[in-house]
Amino acid sequence: MTAELTGLSIAALRDGYAAKSFSPVEVVDAYIAALDAARDLNAYVATTPDRARADAKASEARIAAGTARPLEGIPLGIKDLFATEGVHTQAASHILDGFKPFYESTITARLFGDGATMLGKLNMDEFAMGSSNETSFYGPVVNPWRAGGGSSNAALVPGGSSGGSSAAVAANLCAGATATDTGGSIRQPAAFTGTVGIKPTYGRCSRWGVVAFASSLDQAGPITRTVRDAAIMLRSMAGFDPKDSTSADIAVPDYEAATGRGMKGKRIGIPKEYRVDGMPEEIEALWAKGRAMLQDAGAEIVDISLPHTKYALPAYYIVAPAEASSNLARYDGVRYGLRVPGRDVTSMYENTRAAGFGTEVKRRIMIGTYVLSAGYYDAYYLRAQKVRTLIKRDFETVFADGIDAILTPATPSSAFGVGEMSKASPIEMYLNDIFTVTANMAGLPAMAVPAGLDGKQLPLSLQLIGRPFDEETLFAAAQVIEDAAGSFSPTRWW
Amino acid sequence: MSVDTVTVKRVARLARIAVTDDEAEQLKSSLNGILAFVEQLNEVDVDGVEPMTSVQPMRLRRRKDEVSDGFMADKVTGNAPETEDGFFLVPKVVE
Repeated sequence: MTAELTGLSIAALRDGYAAKSFSPVEVVDAYIAALDAARDLNAYVATTPDRARADAKASEARIAAGTARPLEGIPLGIKDLFATEGVHTQAASHILDGFKPFYESTITARLFGDGATMLGKLNMDEFAMGSSNETSFYGPVVNPWRAGGGSSNAALVPGGSSGGSSAAVAANLCAGATATDTGGSIRQPAAFTGTVGIKPTYGRCSRWGVVAFASSLDQAGPITRTVRDAAIMLRSMAGFDPKDSTSADIAVPDYEAATGRGMKGKRIGIPKEYRVDGMPEEIEALWAKGRAMLQDAGAEIVDISLPHTKYALPAYYIVAPAEASSNLARYDGVRYGLRVPGRDVTSMYENTRAAGFGTEVKRRIMIGTYVLSAGYYDAYYLRAQKVRTLIKRDFETVFADGIDAILTPATPSSAFGVGEMSKASPIEMYLNDIFTVTANMAGLPAMAVPAGLDGKQLPLSLQLIGRPFDEETLFAAAQVIEDAAGSFSPTRWW
Repeated sequence: MSVDTVTVKRVARLARIAVTDDEAEQLKSSLNGILAFVEQLNEVDVDGVEPMTSVQPMRLRRRKDEVSDGFMADKVTGNAPETEDGFFLVPKVVE
């Protein structure tokens, strides 16, 4: 029974609670046992079992009283990037050593206000900078998937930066998880673990209380086991927040209802620029399968062109580090976290930041500082922001021509091995985000949905990119793909 | 464009990150790899293109100029490594 409870979707938990088939306390207890048994995956950096049990008791009373809220008794994992009052919040970095905020992020406040509880904080790449969850101060997360249906013993990465979120959801260590996406950090880990992940339109979800990486690109979203669950979670997470100056004051629709809309009359664009050199045959075949699934559901498939696609990744590696170098200036050993003494105040700053930041974070701060420094601003930063305008214009053009959503592969490969990329150049790791980064640069909603397994029996996903604030079409299309392709879960070995 | 070790050390100083000579060498090589990668942006004709300032057309909202929050020095300094009487303590800055 215990294993069955942790395998239920958010929608099934909601229905089961309503029917009194089981209680939130039973569900939370089942998850706490599952967490204890899965320490080898390293998905959580802190757990909060007492709080989860107390919340479950309160939820039980509400359900009995008939006053259940939309996420009543749903146990979630929260990415370590979200400020949670009184609970470990370190962005998986050493520099935030011991930080426990006195405030709650808007998103977690909304989720808890809708009745959800928290099982703990999830591992991630340090400051969300990475594509494999190997840059965490707390060590790598291990993907619950293994090649050959579990017959291989080689540990795989769960993707990044939301690798704890994707691994925990895939391994049934939470019913759903919060995640964030600056260049693909929701969609790539979702793709590597056979889970569903959506990065909503920039401005949909409040950034208040989410540790900042690159403020013009950062967006939060859910990772879940089904499309419907992503719709349920996003509805609670999204919405206007006066505390975030770029939050959009636009009504949040019923995303769950949108999952049943179908594809009749929709025009789906297939961008030729996403057919990159050296793309594995399997990815190409998956993409063709996805086109057929949407076509069978009544969509019209249209070939389109997004000519500036190849420039999105290089432009991103100027814009994102530039914003990061500014955002991460606050970690100075004065206001929170680690302090390493020095002979004067400047050397205290320098020693603290040298000891507190990991290699990848330092590299990005350095690039960002360089491209913003005197004499280089125009050549790098200004040019990248102009290219960004052209990338956005590409999308505006196809949407103006009547395209409702765009279908692409989510990643150029399935999950790779832990340590496999350690000798590679940073650029090779950055190429993981080649299909996802364009949506961040243009601020568009985009979703990864599992669509099949590759020859190694590892999950592969497709990506849907939508018009601004039209997450509903993505949910409708993703549901069609999920219905046709089915769901994928790893064989338990841990 | 590429950077030399002197430039790496100057940028590290601007970023307030102490680096050893070995680290400076490693950073030099990875930074030059990234700078070579972003070089391809020079192929793009950006004449007359406005730089992006916001992905959505929006004007920053204004609020009334009034006190809406505050009087929580204990919380503000509650996570600091060293404090005294609601102030952050740092090494002596002015002699």
